Amino acid sequence: MGKTRYRNRIELLQGTLDLLVLQTLQWGAQHGYGISQLIQARSGEVLQVDTGSLYPALHRMEREGWIASEWKISDNNQRVKEYRLTASGKKQLLSERSRWEQLSDAIAGVLKPATGE
Amino acid sequence: MKFPLWRRRQDAQLDEEIRSHVELAVRDRMARGESRAEAESAVRRQFGNELLVREFTREQWGWVWLEQLQQDLRYGFRILLKSPGFSLIALITIALGIGANTALFSVVNTVLLAPLPYPQPEQLVTLHLSKPNFDTGAIPYPIFRDWQARNRSFSAMALSRINAGVLVVNGESEYMRLNYITSDFFPILGITPVLGRNLAPGEDEIGGPALAQISEGMWKRRFGGTPDVLGKKLNLDGNVFTIVGVIPASFDLRLGTFMTTDIYVPIGQWRTNALKNRGAALGLHGIGRIKPGLTLEQARADMDAVSQQLAVEYPATNRGMKTNMIPMKRSITGEFRGVLLLLLGAVGFVLLIACANVATLLLARAQARKREFAVRTALGASRARMVRQLLAEGGLLALTGGALGVLLAMWGTRGVLGRLPQELPRVQNLHVDARVLGFSVAISVMTGIVFGLAPAFGSARPEIGNLQGAGRRVSAEHHAGQRALVMAEIAIALVLLIGAGLMVRSLRQLWSTDPGFDPRNVMAFGVALSPGLASEKPEAMWATVREVRDTLQSAPGVEAVSLRDGALPMFDENDMVFWMAGHPRPRSSSEMNWTLVSGVQLSYLRIMKIPLLRGRFFTEQDTTKSPRVVVVDDVFASTFFRDQDPIGKRIRWGDEPRDEAEVVGIVGHVKQWGLDEGATDLRAQMYQSTDQEEAAPGPNLGFIVRTGTAPLGVLPTLKDRVRQLNAENVLFRPRLLEDVIAETLSTRKFSMTLLGAFAVFAVVLAAIGIYGVVSYLVGQRTHEFGIRMALGAQPHNVLGIVLGESARMAAVGVAVGLLGAFALTRAMTKLLFGVSATDPLTFAVVTAFLVAVSLGACFLPARRAVRVDPVKALRYE
Repeated sequence: MGKTRYRNRIELLQGTLDLLVLQTLQWGAQHGYGISQLIQARSGEVLQVDTGSLYPALHRMEREGWIASEWKISDNNQRVKEYRLTASGKKQLLSERSRWEQLSDAIAGVLKPATGE
Repeated sequence: MKFPLWRRRQDAQLDEEIRSHVELAVRDRMARGESRAEAESAVRRQFGNELLVREFTREQWGWVWLEQLQQDLRYGFRILLKSPGFSLIALITIALGIGANTALFSVVNTVLLAPLPYPQPEQLVTLHLSKPNFDTGAIPYPIFRDWQARNRSFSAMALSRINAGVLVVNGESEYMRLNYITSDFFPILGITPVLGRNLAPGEDEIGGPALAQISEGMWKRRFGGTPDVLGKKLNLDGNVFTIVGVIPASFDLRLGTFMTTDIYVPIGQWRTNALKNRGAALGLHGIGRIKPGLTLEQARADMDAVSQQLAVEYPATNRGMKTNMIPMKRSITGEFRGVLLLLLGAVGFVLLIACANVATLLLARAQARKREFAVRTALGASRARMVRQLLAEGGLLALTGGALGVLLAMWGTRGVLGRLPQELPRVQNLHVDARVLGFSVAISVMTGIVFGLAPAFGSARPEIGNLQGAGRRVSAEHHAGQRALVMAEIAIALVLLIGAGLMVRSLRQLWSTDPGFDPRNVMAFGVALSPGLASEKPEAMWATVREVRDTLQSAPGVEAVSLRDGALPMFDENDMVFWMAGHPRPRSSSEMNWTLVSGVQLSYLRIMKIPLLRGRFFTEQDTTKSPRVVVVDDVFASTFFRDQDPIGKRIRWGDEPRDEAEVVGIVGHVKQWGLDEGATDLRAQMYQSTDQEEAAPGPNLGFIVRTGTAPLGVLPTLKDRVRQLNAENVLFRPRLLEDVIAETLSTRKFSMTLLGAFAVFAVVLAAIGIYGVVSYLVGQRTHEFGIRMALGAQPHNVLGIVLGESARMAAVGVAVGLLGAFALTRAMTKLLFGVSATDPLTFAVVTAFLVAVSLGACFLPARRAVRVDPVKALRYE
């Protein structure tokens, strides 16, 4: 059912979604829509962030203290909620990055012999 | 609380955030050339289920559980309102179960569990003299003083003795109860007077000052509650006492023979020569406070050592005597422990049945709501969420029922208070206290969890397939849970009914027991002679006594009057030691024989209608000038004379020449300790003639009369006549013997009534349970019955199926119940009389009754099964 699908997608992306969001915010404060567009763009349209995962993640990370939010007026005179990286968020970003690198090295290590044939 | 406002703001902000996201996305799309409508629908699709997004985001805030709880409660409330019949039955069942439990637990708590309201109550003990045949005997005054002086384990010891006297105030005589106490009595209990002081050490000695303490009630009634009461005088039995203290009204104790009185006087003021007698127990009983840090065993060992010293120094009076100390709490509550625990067990059972009933009700409803659960799952609810919602619903029911139950308990406790037997100790303090309230809340929550879990296990497995047909198919499920619950209910109801039945039979047996005398129209009372009539000369006193007796005898309506000195059967006792005349006096009291003794006149036999078995009773020839004679009862004869003929034998009880008598007659035994007198109680009885007493009678006389008509009608005449002889004479404490006997049964009657009430309640609940479950089961199988009847089954076949199923449930329930009853009624043996704990008649009758009730309860649903219209049943696909 639809409910299980949501669960699964959050499960898979949770760790990486955090990383992507934190990295994106390193380049400057953004609102939710902007974050999803940026991730989509920079990943070459491969990663389409599901809003059902994005907003819970944003609110969770805000509770953890890695990002902080502020209501601003956008260029189009629209009220938007902007998020920015905090100091502890920066630390979290670094640790997530190193974890990701470890993970990708590990996976590469497993894949290598297969591709070597 | 700022919480809801803050939440609403958060919600609003989230809404805005999502809207702004959507707006930004729409604008982007429009910038790329789509129309607004196209853009919006595309964005919406991409966004997905907005509600879910909101939900999940909200969850991250961490307050979701509270919100969900609110939702669950509101929903649960609406659901309960939608089926008012069910809700009402469930609520009432829980309320009654919890209410009864709480009320009874309050009683048990107050009487048995709550600590005594005195400082360091665990150090308090009651003190008794342990004699060879009687281990809670009274303590002679000199022996008490020895204990006091020689012990090393008590911080204090005290004596008390209840008595009565005539208080003369402004020429008016009032007969009042009073207590003789020693100086440590109130200090041991930590009671400080609201005015004045306690007795100082030494003021309680013989020859000490004539002081008195009065109760706060008396202070307010007689002395206006003014502080100048200290120093005022009381005239008691002709003696003057000075008031030195006022005892607070909060002091309220019933302990053995002790009860709170309006007047307390030092023991040394008791004008009786027997006080100095080491062998005279005089009904004095003691209390003590063990030194802090010492155990009961250590105190016992210490007092045993003291007793041994005394036995060596005073072999005549102290050989074989020891100190018996009992923790005070046990002294107060001991005899009621069994009854109260039994009732608590019974009410616990009733609560179980109530829980079972509501559980089956909920289970049945859960099945009916399968469709609702299926729909909710389709809408995205998780199983955990639905389980939570069921728990909330069950909890709501349980807590509401519990609140109602607690209210019922408070109201019920006050109602019960009026009906409790007077002897039940400490009931004056009865109230619903915090612990009991906590207990009720705990029960409520526990039952809420039980209810909540039962349907949760049954129905938290929703299948979407249930959306069609809604479970109306040939049911392969066995509804094992509900059947088991019904069987359990029947079993419990059976156990309770059997218990109640046994109690009823016990009581009936007791009522029909012959007490050994005829209590109808017999009345006992006392006459307190005016202090002015007191005389040193015994002859003068006896003349006065004869005057009183004659005036009573000649009153219209009076058939016979007798003086009575000593025990009144079923009410109080008097015993003494004796030995066979002609033999040397045994060296110590422990080697002598004990017998109950009463001093009466020759009309006594006629009054009490006691049968004369052999020999003769007293006659007019038995006077102070003629040889002394006594009459004994058959128990006395068989105990002390066995095969010999007691008539003609002589017994002796003292050293004086006139302390010996010849046995001239044997009469029937009179039950002394109650209709259920046991073989181990002291039962030998002896009668002496008061007309042969030389010693002057006391100012308080005891009389017993038989009247032609109701004694209470004659009472005013008797009172007047007594007062006519002397204005200060008082006739006091009239008691009908029938009432005395009835009082001994009051505790039994009380527990029988309660147990019976619980049993009836249990049966009603079980019947409701059976009805509910069978109805439900029939409802489930309507389809099946329709098919059967369409295939040719007759109505009586269907009836047979339903009744057969119910009979099977009842059979199992009854079987389990019988096993349980066999095991559990053993615990009741002490309370039973004349009927065994496994009395076959009771078991059989009760079982038959319960089976009839069970079958009756499924009569209506069975009829409904028979009336099933096959066409309609089959149409419900």
